[in-house]
Amino acid sequence: MSNWEILWQARDEFLIGFWRTLEIFGLSIAGAFLIGCGLLYLLEGSRKRLTMPLRIFIDAMRMLPFLILVYLLYYGLPSVGIRLDAWWTGVGALAVYHGTYFAEIFRSNRLTFPPGQIEAAKAHGFTKSKMFFRLILPQVIMQTRPLLGNQLIYALKDTAFLVIITVRELTAVANSLSSTYFIPTEAFIVVIGFYWALSVAMEIIIKQCGRFSAKRGFDNV
Amino acid sequence: MSEANTSETAAVSIRHLSKSFDDVEVLRDVELEVKTGEVVTIIGSSGSGKSTLLRCINWLEKPDRGSIHIAGQRIGVHDDGRAMPVRELAKVRAKTGMVFQGFNLWPHLNVLHNVTEAPIHVQGKSKREAEALAKALLDKVGMSHKHDSYPNTLSGGQKQRVAIARALAMQPTVMLFDEPTSALDPELVGEVLAVIKDLSAEGYTMVMVTHEMAFARAVSDQVVFLEKGLIIERADPETFFTTPKTDRVRKFLENHDTPSPA
Repeated sequence: MSNWEILWQARDEFLIGFWRTLEIFGLSIAGAFLIGCGLLYLLEGSRKRLTMPLRIFIDAMRMLPFLILVYLLYYGLPSVGIRLDAWWTGVGALAVYHGTYFAEIFRSNRLTFPPGQIEAAKAHGFTKSKMFFRLILPQVIMQTRPLLGNQLIYALKDTAFLVIITVRELTAVANSLSSTYFIPTEAFIVVIGFYWALSVAMEIIIKQCGRFSAKRGFDNV
Repeated sequence: MSEANTSETAAVSIRHLSKSFDDVEVLRDVELEVKTGEVVTIIGSSGSGKSTLLRCINWLEKPDRGSIHIAGQRIGVHDDGRAMPVRELAKVRAKTGMVFQGFNLWPHLNVLHNVTEAPIHVQGKSKREAEALAKALLDKVGMSHKHDSYPNTLSGGQKQRVAIARALAMQPTVMLFDEPTSALDPELVGEVLAVIKDLSAEGYTMVMVTHEMAFARAVSDQVVFLEKGLIIERADPETFFTTPKTDRVRKFLENHDTPSPA
């Protein structure tokens, strides 16, 4: 049996691993997106007592290697009596970690938001939350689309780190097959194919979404 | 007591209004009363405080002293000096409609949705009611053929006409115009002025900062001249433009090609 045939016979394992990766990725980017939006909302306004700790938290997360965050949550927390399931630890860590990146992407765009539009909203009787959800957030999302797409690919690749906390996702499958049958090259080539296919699909979707912003003059392409 | 009564009858009542930016006094004890249906234009050289005065009316600028009532309701602070909570402030603000020099349309919404946005999401009107009103107003400003267009595809004059419809959709007590034609190409000024002129003929209450002297003369009931934060002259347009009382206004009008009677 050739190495490729061995892998073909293990195709179900790959598919299960791929499905798990999809689940983790889907849940964690949804969480990251909400966290990013939530942080942006909390950063609105001038209450320094709230915004300062948030900015510190965002920067601290962004400057921390993801691998170490996962290690700490999974292997460190039990020593203070908190034990989390590996799967949820992975999803949570990805969501929070990339949520802070989302927040930073949104924040940098928010800084260039035309003040005249805010004044128009105030003059029309908008309160802060209405203004945020109806006027600011939709535009910030449309304008940061290419950066968000890039961040999604980072998040996808980071799911592979979860192998170290025993999550049976795609990379874990390749890892175990490669060590069982001693075929590391082929096994990892297969998972690279999965990651590439998923990334390309995301790129296409994100690009298609660009039509919304192009129509409104946000994209100059 | 008599003061409270006059505040109630006026669309806008400004008393003892003062405002400084750092050490510069931009408004000094300004008094202004705008009756319902009246058109007041504020004139003055740049830096005279006219935009600041207008922006105080809907509390985009906070005055340091004095009071402003809109249809009898005080804006920004309560009589006991407490700052008005944001929600309450937003409600009073919604009684004013403001048109800006830079249009400030919301670019992610099409023309129709720019106009229905605040009626639906601030005033809680139904979608159907807001759209019917928006369509009527867009028709009034000559933009009914552009419902589905996004602001980036419109000319400056078209943007400003949509912005006027957007402000009118709040059905405000008073319309505030902050140099509505100053950012427009000269050949687009006319279409916007024509719309505003129609509104004045329909009896809308308006306060306007403008550099268009002929226009001010044609539409105003009252012209106010600001100089270094002081109102140094106020009169009906005929008197103001033909027999100004102060040298300062005479000089200003000479430099601005005093318009012949409309």
